[in-house]
Order: sequence, then structure tokens, then C-alpha cells
Amino acid sequence: MNTNAGPQHRSYIDEGYSLKSWLTTHDHKRIALLYMVSITLFFFIGGAAATIMRLELATAPGDLVTSQTYNKFFTAHGVIMVWFFLIPSIPNVMGNFLVPLMIGARDLAFPRLNLASWYLYTLGGIFTIGALIAGGVDTGWTFYTPYSSMFSNTNVIAVIIGVFIVGFSSIFTAINFIVTIHKMRAPGLTWFRLPLFIWANYATSVIMVMATPVLAMTLSLVAIERIFQVGIFDPALGGDPLLFQHLFWFYSHPAVYIMVLPAMGVASEIITCFSRKPIFGYRFMAYAIIGIAVIGFLVWGHHMFVSGQSMYAGMMFSLLSFLVAIPSAIKVFNWTATLYKGSISFEAPMLYALGFVGLFMMGGLTGLFLASLALDVHLTDTYFVIAHFHYIMVGGSVMAYLGGIHYWWPKMSGRLYPENWGRFAAIVIFVGFNLTFFPQFLLGYLGMPRRYHQYPEELQLLNGLSSAGAAVLAVGYILPLFYLLWSLRYGKVSDSNPWKAKGLEWKTPSPPIKGNFEETPIVKEEAYAYSPQKS
Amino acid sequence: MAEQFDDPKQEHEASTLGMWVFLGTEILFFGVLFAGYIVYRFIYPEAFAEASRHTNIVLGTINTALLLTSSLTMALAVRSIQLGKNRLTAGLLLLTSLLGMIFIGIKGFEYYEEYKKQLVPGLNFTYEGPHVPQVRLFFYLYFVMTGVHALHLIIGSLAAMTIAVMAWRKSFSARYFTPVELTGLYWHFVDIIWIFLYPFLYLVSRA
Ligand code: HEM
Ligand SMILES: [Cu+2]
Repeated sequence: MNTNAGPQHRSYIDEGYSLKSWLTTHDHKRIALLYMVSITLFFFIGGAAATIMRLELATAPGDLVTSQTYNKFFTAHGVIMVWFFLIPSIPNVMGNFLVPLMIGARDLAFPRLNLASWYLYTLGGIFTIGALIAGGVDTGWTFYTPYSSMFSNTNVIAVIIGVFIVGFSSIFTAINFIVTIHKMRAPGLTWFRLPLFIWANYATSVIMVMATPVLAMTLSLVAIERIFQVGIFDPALGGDPLLFQHLFWFYSHPAVYIMVLPAMGVASEIITCFSRKPIFGYRFMAYAIIGIAVIGFLVWGHHMFVSGQSMYAGMMFSLLSFLVAIPSAIKVFNWTATLYKGSISFEAPMLYALGFVGLFMMGGLTGLFLASLALDVHLTDTYFVIAHFHYIMVGGSVMAYLGGIHYWWPKMSGRLYPENWGRFAAIVIFVGFNLTFFPQFLLGYLGMPRRYHQYPEELQLLNGLSSAGAAVLAVGYILPLFYLLWSLRYGKVSDSNPWKAKGLEWKTPSPPIKGNFEETPIVKEEAYAYSPQKS
Repeated sequence: MAEQFDDPKQEHEASTLGMWVFLGTEILFFGVLFAGYIVYRFIYPEAFAEASRHTNIVLGTINTALLLTSSLTMALAVRSIQLGKNRLTAGLLLLTSLLGMIFIGIKGFEYYEEYKKQLVPGLNFTYEGPHVPQVRLFFYLYFVMTGVHALHLIIGSLAAMTIAVMAWRKSFSARYFTPVELTGLYWHFVDIIWIFLYPFLYLVSRA
């Protein structure tokens, strides 16, 4: 093997430059880049929808788009961001690239299946975007029945098919990760020597295989109900809409952990590296990941406090929701302890990671407000909820995703990005983010409901701030697109380990060769064997 | 052996684990339908009992017997390939696949009868008697559940046939038979699902 890997090593990028060589590749690293391109595209499409919404909400009267059009924009925004960005972003881009590298494997267990996943992702995307171009959907990303199954006269079925297909893409990726992590670790790499990023992706994959089929089947039932006008969710037909909500949230609450667990993994890698200290309480961090994954399956009913489920169910779900806070708090505590007395350096990835921790905390704490039954009755379906989940998902997952992209960029591309631009963008994003979403907590508290395209004059100021923040945020998101692409050509050439980081992925050239390692590495030390620099 | 693996043993273990995880997702897939069924069975016990009397228990029972037999022939196929008998394996796999196809044929006939009795929701459902919406709900679940099961069985039969051809061409040996084994796992899974569907849909009121 690897006969062509001489001193002048030939990287995976040099394996062929034609479009065909990319579209038929089985190399996990190339597939990761395919994902990166498509996911970035979706991120900006979803972002465009958000821009229209914030533009509409910049002024009090609904004067830019009609309420019907506005419904279509928030649905498009939600559907694209959840299923085509947040869920696949870190696992499919960074996980694909790094899981084999970090465990010392030559590739994932099923490379063909991996490529098939990408095609499924793309196909699902085509269906969804097609449906949006053909006139859009107005149900919201939650497809609540019976509105979605009986009343909405928009392209619900096409979007459901799109989501169904992309669901299979995540199931296949998850199976690939689970098998690879179980069976293909390098000699000496025991479970408790694995990087936390691997733990996080492992737990995420387990959630994916357990939750996604439920969503797929549930949405199929909605589609059948719609086509044949018979169903199990429409009360007029003897069905029960609450059943739909239970099934939907049984997937969709764990799905929020699909979004945030990998982000926690990324943050852990970055924080230990840039504080030059082993992660504090490694085992607890691993257990906390498992804990979040397990409890995440038991709390779905907190989305249904006002739905008419029984009061006792509401109390149970409220209690269990508080429990999720414990492992999350353990993680925040351990990151802080890792930073304590570390030799911290503030490179761009670190800025993103610290931003992640702060915003995640803010989102988590406001989650506790929502998990309290009585408070939720006041706050539900207001902008408070919008702010809460944007802090977690956008502030959490997107920050970590960008941090990870910067951190592993030299490994992926073999080039360094311009550090000052990286730091600048991170700060712009952080400021823009808070300006956008913090006022929404206040708006929600004052009673502004979600999903409306106009509001009373009194709320003008806060909404104006929020829209202005969105503009800043947009600039922040577009910046990396430019300087990262620029660096591909003009960036400084990187050596194999520019951050002096630990972990197997740094022990192979940047960019790595086709089979990842010239010879299978043997692991002799614990994860994160950093030693603090004495000053 | 594929190049990402170190040795055939690792490849075998990885493929087997992959199949098990996949079957786990399949269980959850059906789980939604079972959950829906159980909820409504609990809410509308009488209507469901009544509706189930309109399914064809004779054909359902014959089909159950067919599937159990096919599970046996499949198990024998896996056994015989472990002994390296490619030709025998091919025969057993073909038989398994054939039994699956007969099942599908009978199921199709059942569907046809139900169509004539105007029991297909969304196409021609008309029902005289109490609990009309609930009976319709039962038949909706009946068609979705057996339909999804039949789809799995068709895929299984095609897979068994493909593997049979490979066995006939001596693609396997006593040391390499992962595909036969995995097809077997899948087949047994599809059978087990039916073992639950049969009492749920045919025996509700007759138990
Ligand atoms: C850890 C990552 C988390 C993410 C990604 C997340 C995401 C979300 C999302 C997307 C929604 C909105 C659902 C909708 O459209 O109606 C939501 C609502 C909610 N979240 Fe979170 N959440 C997280 C953590 C938490 C935590 C830790 C708690 C409580 C301890 C919590 C409690 C709630 C509650 C109770 C609601 C329902 C609000 C309502 O609809 O009235 N969340 N969350
Ligand atoms: Cu939730």
C-alpha cells in the first residue's frame, strides 16, 4: 500500500483533479469536502430567507411581504437550517474528514455507502429546494397536523420527501461512524483514549439511528394522510394530532442534541489545544456526552406543555428536562477548569470555541425557564423561544462549526488562513449574534409571538436592533467565505501540525495522503497529553 | 477484501455490526406503526376487534406458515455455506426467495379481495355499521403495515436471489460467506416483524 507516498508525498487532493474524480470518490476526506460545498450553499440559502424575514420585521407594519409569503420564508428557513445545515454540518463535514484520521483508520468502514449518503443528501436538497421554488410551503418546519396533512395547499409532500431522503443520508453516515469507531481503531487506542470529538460523534450517531427512522415514518404517514385523505392524525378521521406531536418531538428533541453534541466535541478539542492543558475530567466529559444522549430521549414532551397532554405528563417532562441541565453543566464546568491556569492563546479557533461556551450557556440557562411548566405557558411560541434555540443552535453549533473549520483548515487544505482576518470575523460574528438575538429575549418576554410578520409600534426599537444585528451577523458569516477561499491559493503552506496539537490527525502530512497514514499508528498515550508551558 | 480493512476478520465483524445497527433502525421504523396501532387499539378496542374480523384469517395463517418455512430454508442456506457447499446453498436460497414470492402473491390476492369488499381507505372505503371512522383507521394501519412489510419482503427476495446466483457461481467458501449471513439476518428480521403483525391484524378479536 501507499507505494506512491515518498518524501514528496502525494495528498488526497492530488489523486485527480477532474470533476469525475471527485463525484465518484470513495475517500472519506474528499466526501467531506463535497459535503462542505453543499452544506455551505444551503447555509447561505437558509440565511437569505432569514434576511428577508428580518427585513420584513425591521419595521412595524407588514409592508414588505404578505403574511402568506412570510409563512413560506420562515418554513424554508427552518427546514433548510435544521435538516440541511445543523444536523449534517459537523458530523458530515468534520466527522467524515476526521473520524478515520483521529482513530488511525485508512477510511470509514463502508466508503461506498458514504458516497451514497452524499448523493442522498443532494437529492433530498433538490427535492426541497425544488418545492420551495415551485411555490413554497407554509406549515413551519414542524409540519403540525392536521394543518399539514389536510389544509395547507402548498407543496408539503415534496418537502416531506426531501426530508425523508436526507434522513436516510444521516442514518447511513451514522451506521458508518458507529461501525468504524467500534471496529477500526488503531492498536492501543482504547475507548478511554479516544478524543472527545470521537465520543461526541459516536453518541450523535447513536441518536441518529435511533431517532431518524421515527421521523421518516411519521412524515410518511403525514404524506399518505395528505394523498389519500385518510389518516391517523386528523381528528375528523378518528385520528389524534397529539400522536403526531409525540412522534415528531421524539425525533426532534434528540435532534437538538444531534446538533449540539458534535459542537461540544469540537469545542473540547480546541479548548485543550489552545490552553495547552489536558481536558479537565476527561472521563466525566465522556460520561456527560452519553448522559446527554440518553436523557435527550426522555424530554420531548416539553414541547407540548400547552398541547393538551395530561398534566402529569407535563410535570414529568418538566422534571426530566431539568435533568439534562446536569451533564450540560458538567461540560461547561470542565471547559472552564481546563482553561484555568492554562497557557491560553487566542487564535481564531479559540475565539470561536470560547464564543461557543458563552452562547451555549446563555441558551441552556434560558432553556431552564422554558422547562418550568408555569413559565413556559407565558413564554411558549414567543420570541423568547426563538432566542433560546438560536443561542443553542446558532450560537452553539454554528460557532463550533466555524471554529472547527478554522482549526482543521490547515489539515484539510494544507494552507494557513490569515489569522487576523479569522479573529476579526469571529468577533464580528459574536457581536452581531448578540445584537440580533438578545433583544428577542426581551421581545418574547413582552409578549411578541413568533411567526407573525408585523407587530405593534411599541416593539419597534427592539426589533430594529435585532434587524441591525442580523446585518452585522451576515457580514460576519460572509467574511470567512472570502479569506478561506483566498488562502487556498495565497495562504502560507502549513506543516503537518501548525497548532502543535496532540491527536493522530496531526501525525500525518497536511493534507493527508489517500490512505491517511503511511503505516498504521500505534497509540501509547492518553488523549490530550499536553503539558502546560512554564513561563 | 476492501482496502480500508486490515484483515478479513475485521471486515466480517464490521459488516455484521453494520447490519445489526441497520436492523435496529428498521425496528424503529416499524416501531412508529406499532405505536400508532397500540394507541388506537387502546382507544377504540371494539372497533378494532370488529374490523379485524374482516381480514382473511385463512390466507393470513397460510402466509405465516410460508414465512416460517422460509426462515428454516434460509437458516439451512447459511449453515450449508459454512460447510462450503455452494450449490446446495444456491438451491436453498432460491427456495427461500420463492417462498417469499408466494407470500407476496397471496398477499396481493388478499388485497384484491379487500378491494372488492370496498375496504381500502382512500380508494373505495364504504362500510356499513358502527364505528366507521375507527374501522377505516384500522384498515389504514393494516394497509400501511402490511404494505411496508411486503416491500421489505420483496427486497429480501431479490437479495436472496442475487446471492443465490453468486453462490451458484461459487463466489463464497467456508471462509468467506458474509453476504449470505447478512442476507439471512435481514430475512429473519422481516419474518419476525410478520410474527407481530399476524396477531395484531388478524387475531385481535379471535384470541
Ligand atoms: C442543548 C441544546 C438545545 C437545543 C439545540 C435546543 C433547541 C430548541 C428548539 C429548536 C426549540 C424550539 C422548538 C419549537 O420550534 O417549538 C426549543 C424549545 C425548547 N427548549 Fe430547547 N434546546 C436545547 C437545550 C435545552 C435545554 C437544556 C432545555 C431545558 C433544560 C431546553 C428546553 C426547551 C423547552 C422547554 C422548549 C419548548 C419551548 C416551547 O415551545 O414553549 N432546551 N429548544
Ligand atoms: Cu426539546
